[in-house]
Amino acid sequence: MTTPVRNDLRPTNSEIARLRDRAQFVRLETIRLIEIAKVGHYTSVFSAAEIFAALYYDVMSLSADPKWPDRDRFLMGKGHAAVGLFPILAEHGYIPTEVLNGYTRLGNPLGDHPDMRKVPGVDFSSGSIGHALSNGLGMALGGRMQGRDFTTFVMLGDGEMQEGQVWEAAIGAAHHKLNRLVAIIDRNGYQLDGAVDDVMGIEPLDEKWRAFGWEVHVVDGHDIAELTALLRRVKADASRERPCCIIARTLKGKGVSYMETEPGWHLGYLDPSDAEAARQEILSKVI
Amino acid sequence: MTHPNLRPNSPNSWHYRELNMKNPGLDHLSNGLITLTEAGHPIVAGSADLQYSNGLNRFAARYPDRYVSFGISEQNMVSAAAGLATTGMMPYVATFASFLGLLTCEQIRMDVAYCALPVRLIGHHTGISMGFYGTSHHATEDIGTMRSIADLTIVSPSDGPQLEAAIRASVDHDRPIYFRTGRGREPDLYDPKADFVFGKAIEHAQGEEVTIIACGLPVHPSVQVAKKLAAEGRSVGVIDMPTVKPIDREAILAAAARSKVILTIEEHNILGGLGSAVAEVLAEEGGPARLVRHGIRDEYALIAPPTHLYAHYRLDQAGIESVVREIIG
Repeated sequence: MTTPVRNDLRPTNSEIARLRDRAQFVRLETIRLIEIAKVGHYTSVFSAAEIFAALYYDVMSLSADPKWPDRDRFLMGKGHAAVGLFPILAEHGYIPTEVLNGYTRLGNPLGDHPDMRKVPGVDFSSGSIGHALSNGLGMALGGRMQGRDFTTFVMLGDGEMQEGQVWEAAIGAAHHKLNRLVAIIDRNGYQLDGAVDDVMGIEPLDEKWRAFGWEVHVVDGHDIAELTALLRRVKADASRERPCCIIARTLKGKGVSYMETEPGWHLGYLDPSDAEAARQEILSKVI
Repeated sequence: MTHPNLRPNSPNSWHYRELNMKNPGLDHLSNGLITLTEAGHPIVAGSADLQYSNGLNRFAARYPDRYVSFGISEQNMVSAAAGLATTGMMPYVATFASFLGLLTCEQIRMDVAYCALPVRLIGHHTGISMGFYGTSHHATEDIGTMRSIADLTIVSPSDGPQLEAAIRASVDHDRPIYFRTGRGREPDLYDPKADFVFGKAIEHAQGEEVTIIACGLPVHPSVQVAKKLAAEGRSVGVIDMPTVKPIDREAILAAAARSKVILTIEEHNILGGLGSAVAEVLAEEGGPARLVRHGIRDEYALIAPPTHLYAHYRLDQAGIESVVREIIG
């Protein structure tokens, strides 16, 4: 069941067009950068492309200074999708283009996972799945202690739900009533070994988060209008007294048809002709 | 009506006995943090269901908005402390050393040390001080695990006052710190108002026959042993090495140049701990001095009241004296 959204927070048609364009940009840049590395997590980014776009091009409060203390925070439990974040950080001016173009090469700060020590704009390092919600919990606590009003968004993989630390953080965030903490679960249904339901089932996910004391919303993670409106509303809701979990129903590999139907693309490589075909398919579609 | 023994302020309550009668040394943890908070530092303290064991209940009572109860979720606590540090707060989070040094090792590596965040980790009740609580509560590996994590400073105070001084000094330290502290029952050796200098050994006595290099609980009895043997005309040196990493190489090399034998003493496995750290320095740069490592000899400690264990493993004054006499004859 999706959550109805107040009409006044829906993005306008021109905003929707722009956000669709930015999600497409994330997918195209991901293909380009993985051509440099020769292996990467295409599909993990493609399922989250609209989430990236809605947050970084609409919902989050950001400034030219990546260390602005009042900025909204973004953390990635699924750090392996960082290749989708880096082009955004470059477009925001946090990473020079030449650094972006040297993705994964010797000495470059950009690798498969995000590193806050090396990459301006990365709010926290990740790579070891299961830490990020705890890191975000700490940020939300710190914000409250200092009277700052930023929102901390933590993108989690659905396979990540299998990590025990996630649930430690879930209990803790609800106990401390961290209403400025928002978890976004990219529910694309697949992890490295196969379907999440086969590897280690996690349903009923919405009931679990509700039982842990969170406000829960379920949304189509590729419907940029609904997703953006929901994120806007969740961020603006000053009356909420608990953390918020958004379960974004997504397709792993969304945008490239054979990746959508073939689960083995968690890690992969497209040779130049395949990459060009994928690029053309992404350019030809409106998601 | 609550049974009198369950009221925290009753002299027979577990809380009162733990903090006021048995573990006064850990009062210094809250003392140091209260001093820093009073001075305006953005201190935040946290604990994982052990505030009466580490004495942070005193800090929590004084600054309730700066204390975070994490429940029994040590990994969450360490990762959250790292998140707190990114916002400009200075987190000090505490739990048993057995959990901090092993259960949260990966969170310390990834979220604290690798991210170079000013998080202070306090592993208390270290070594075999938990006595009959058993191996799950003994920490004889934590120096070993923490030493192998880059950019992490390790401080093992030998008493409460030194812990307080080190906590006070830690606000100006630019790296994450793992404090390895005892159970708070160690006799006082230092003045809490003394300055603590990271990376500097403290020389209590110089000796030619043997120099003891120790950290933590064995330091105090080692000093007593050296005094006793000095009265017999023997020459026994004692160096307290509270900063295990980065270790004071100069102090080790000076002692090795002066003494026939270097004896390391630690409440830790002799593999991976202070003895190993000293051995590395001596192997690379040391002179002819022989090294003897004393501690837990790569085994899981027995179960017994702590004082019985210290006697059994020869980590109390009589035990250390017997080890030294075996060396110097």
